[in-house]
Parts: sequence; C-alpha cells; structure tokens
Amino acid sequence: MDTLPLLSTVDVARFVADGYLRFDELVPAELNEGALAELAELREFAPFEGNPFRPRSGTPLAGCWPADSALRQIYDLPVLAGAIRSLVGDDPVYDHQFCHYIPAGSSGFQDLHCDAAVDSFDPTFDVQVFYFPQDVEPGAGGTRFVPGSHLRMVHENSVARYQHIAGEQFFVGKAGTVLLFHHGLWHAGQPNPSDDDRWMFKVRINPSERQVRKWDMSDYDSATVGNWDHMFATMEEGETAAGQMRRSHPWTRAGQDRLDTIDRVRLWRYLADDPDFDVDWYHTRTDRRAAQYRQGST
Amino acid sequence: MTQRQQLLHLYMSNSAITSPVIAWAFHDGAAGAGPVLPDNSSEPPYAVGVQALEDGWRLIQMSPLNDPVEGTERRSSYLRYEFLFERMVDIGE
Repeated sequence: MDTLPLLSTVDVARFVADGYLRFDELVPAELNEGALAELAELREFAPFEGNPFRPRSGTPLAGCWPADSALRQIYDLPVLAGAIRSLVGDDPVYDHQFCHYIPAGSSGFQDLHCDAAVDSFDPTFDVQVFYFPQDVEPGAGGTRFVPGSHLRMVHENSVARYQHIAGEQFFVGKAGTVLLFHHGLWHAGQPNPSDDDRWMFKVRINPSERQVRKWDMSDYDSATVGNWDHMFATMEEGETAAGQMRRSHPWTRAGQDRLDTIDRVRLWRYLADDPDFDVDWYHTRTDRRAAQYRQGST
Repeated sequence: MTQRQQLLHLYMSNSAITSPVIAWAFHDGAAGAGPVLPDNSSEPPYAVGVQALEDGWRLIQMSPLNDPVEGTERRSSYLRYEFLFERMVDIGE
C-alpha cells in the first residue's frame, strides 16, 4: 500500500461533527485549467458508451478517467487521495459524477436536498467530492450547504421548505478548493448572478470495505478520552474528538444538539471500532440501564 | 379591496413560540405588492417567534408534539418545531 497523508483523529472527528472537510486551493492552477477544458467537453459532447470520461458505477476510483487527464491527476493528489482513503478505505469505488454548469446570470437554483432518496439506518456513508475549478466570489452563488445536517434521517428534497437555516454556508473560495462531504449533508445549487460561467464537479464515492480505523491512528489515544468525559462532571480540556462532537451549530443550539451528539457518537463507535466511546455519558447511561433491565428479566 | 396571503414559516429551538428562531421561509402571495421581509438571508427575520405576532403576523398552525417512536427515539431528522404564520395584504381594487 502506497503512503498517503491521512487525516488525523481530530480531522475525522471534525468531519463527523460537521459533515464535511474543506481543502482550500488544493488543486494547482494548471490542473484547474485542464479540468475546465475536460468538463466543458464532457458536458457538451460526451456520449455515455465507451467514453473514458464517464466511468461506470462500480469502477475502482483509481481506474477512473484517462491516466493523462487533469481529472485523474486531481484524484491522485496525495492530500485528496489520503482524505478519501481515511474516510472510505483503501479501495474506494466510483458511484457517479455530475458536472454542474451554471451560466453567468442564471437565476435557476436547486431546492435544499441531500443526495439519498432512501437511506439506511446503519452508520455507513459515502463521500462526495465537490471540486471548484474557479474562484467563487461572495455573492456569486456558490453551493449552499448546512453544516451538521448530514446525520439527520431525511429523504432527498423533503427539506426543500427550509429556505434559510441559521449557520448555513454559501461556498466562497479560490480556484482548486475541494469540499469533501458526507453524502447526507444538505446542500443546493444556487443562482449565478456573476458575470462568469461557473463549474463544479461532483463525484460520489463508495467504500469497498468496513470504514474502520482508516485514518492516521497515531494520535488516537491522545485525542480521545474515556467515556467518563462529561461536560457537567469532569471534562478533558484541549483538542479532543469529544470536543468536536459536542459542538453545536447555530441551527441546532439549545435544542436538538444533544441528539446530534448521540448520532455522532454512534458513527464514531463504528469508524473507530471503539464501542465504549462516549461523549457526556449519553449512550453509556442508557446502554447500562438496558443491560441491567435485561439481566433482571432473565 | 383585494387581498393576498403571505406565509411565514418559523422554526424554533423548542416547542415554545418564545424560543429562538433557527430557520425560516417566506412566501408572498402578493408578489411584492405588500411589505416583505428584510433582505438579509443570514439572520432570522425575528429573533424569537413571538416577535412575529407583535409585528402583525397571525399564527395559523404549529407542530404537534409527537410521542417518540420506539427504536428511533434517539435519532434526529426534520426540524421539529414549525410555526406557520399568515398576513393578509391589500393589493388594491
């Protein structure tokens, strides 16, 4: 297995809490230019059958797009390849791609949605790479997304009525920036009132194995604390996985944020293969009571 | 005088109309002929729901409080506390 820069424990905890990671100006300028040319051709002229720029679902990600293409080289960038491996494992699988092209002055927009018509209750997930080959200025209609929404069990456009959510973001960034999304993150394409056509290339990627302990685990012990770590009892200070998972977002404050923490811990227990991990005792107290109840009923 | 309906969805932090607004949506049946919300999509139009009443909106529906369903009682999904308001707007003869 080749060596790649993998995510740290706190990076993965941040992903678990927010539903995305951001890599500013990750792709160099020459690859952005090459990708724009490939995307334009892909959109305008591409037939599906036999087109090497249109991989079939189920293709290993490492075998997608021609070897000398900009798109292939982007997905070979060590930081991106390492981040993908950290979240979905060693042999990620291509699901599908979508080339979002929004002409200058376009008023069209998508309703808020997540990319899963009907999802499973288990904690497994896909990642989606949102790659922006051009600068997106403030007010230019960058992708709308809602940090912390990824673990909500909703169905696709059923969240469309939420026109505005406190703390939502509209992507702004330099060319070559990549957002790495949990597939459940709520998002929507926006109008493009700017004078420049805008491109965004999305690729959905599946795991091919259990997504367990795939990141750089060398900091795991220092970044995690026993399940006694409790914000109203004794809480470990410093940058920890639990610290990430206790964070609330403006739209979850003073209400649903504890359920979000419970959801995050559920995902973390799977990813870290750490069934005793907890934040603020939420799982532990109910797990213990349930075990005591079962014991008494036998 | 012809009237049209404006709708305002406010999503609260909890089941109280006095709790903070965390999300919102506005639909204007008057197509701009009446007052609209401030053009500021980054902050809620009202900090708490009761301010909408003070500003002339009429509450017409709020989310019921549903029993937790066994097996999913610790899962999260939609915004639970939706309050729906209306305001009738005169648009002329």
